[in-house]
Amino acid sequence: MHELSLAMSIVDMAQEEAQARNAKITAVHLKLGLLSGVVKEALLSCYGMACTGTPLEGSDLLIEEIPVEIFCERCRAPRVLSSTQWFSCPDCGTPSAAVVHGKELEVSALEIEE
Amino acid sequence: MSTPRLLEVRKNVLKQNDFVARALRDRFGAEGVFVVSLVSSPGAGKTTFLEKILTLLHERCRVAALVGDLATENDAVRLARSQAPVKQITTGTLCHLEAAMVETAMKGWGTGKLDFLFIENVGNLVCPSSYDLGENVRMVLMSVTEGEDKPLKYPTIFNSADVAVITKMDLAAAVEFNEGAAIANIEVVRPGMKIFKVSAKSGLGISDFMDYIAQRRAEAVSTQVETRS
Repeated sequence: MHELSLAMSIVDMAQEEAQARNAKITAVHLKLGLLSGVVKEALLSCYGMACTGTPLEGSDLLIEEIPVEIFCERCRAPRVLSSTQWFSCPDCGTPSAAVVHGKELEVSALEIEE
Repeated sequence: MSTPRLLEVRKNVLKQNDFVARALRDRFGAEGVFVVSLVSSPGAGKTTFLEKILTLLHERCRVAALVGDLATENDAVRLARSQAPVKQITTGTLCHLEAAMVETAMKGWGTGKLDFLFIENVGNLVCPSSYDLGENVRMVLMSVTEGEDKPLKYPTIFNSADVAVITKMDLAAAVEFNEGAAIANIEVVRPGMKIFKVSAKSGLGISDFMDYIAQRRAEAVSTQVETRS
């Protein structure tokens, strides 16, 4: 369970931005890859805790889940997987370990009120 | 009150850890230290396997180990029987090691020049997958007693690792371990992954593994020399 420390990092990052712009943050947008090793529900519940007593208290964490995308050598194209348990091209079946997307853990945007 | 506006930022939440890990990797590379980390569930046999490897490597090169646990120094005591320098990192309640802990542990640790550094992570197949420790090779271990479907249950950690090691092979028959199924399950979550079948007790597969890391180190050292020249 490392979601609390990640939630605290997210809050710190957002707070830095808020201070630099003298703005109030109402929501944090996060890209969360399915291979990031982070559980969405746990992160959401930790976010509330991490915000307590900070200027971000009451803000929302909006998570966009990013599916796993591999590069298929045979198709010469990126392909989105429907599962993290089967690393093969959904079109031609060629196995691939070349992960293009799915490891993201990124604050993508902030909703601010200036 | 004004309407909220969307501000794009694009910041990696793990940037601090990744920054420290990159600095460690650069430093280890420049010093010629090849770093191998071990992850597994608790009880998969990381410490027993590592004690065996350290004992054998200690006879022929300079090797040290860091070992992470929530509490106790038991594993460090076990690993120290190999005669190699060993340092315990107790994480308190933290379920994984982070790059900064490796950095702190290395500070002022008089190991002298090293050829290999092993980092045994806290027994956990979930959280360690997110944290780069500056290692060259990450090994995930699973024992024959854990069930062949471990890779399917924890695909993320298998995907973040470079090498899989199946441990306790001496018990395979007793627990009716289905080797083909286990290997197929590793293969679907991480196609092409290097797999070793070992027993620290009988010595099975140990020399293959030793050859492999020696070769990987030689490759890393020659790349480092090329980059410098």
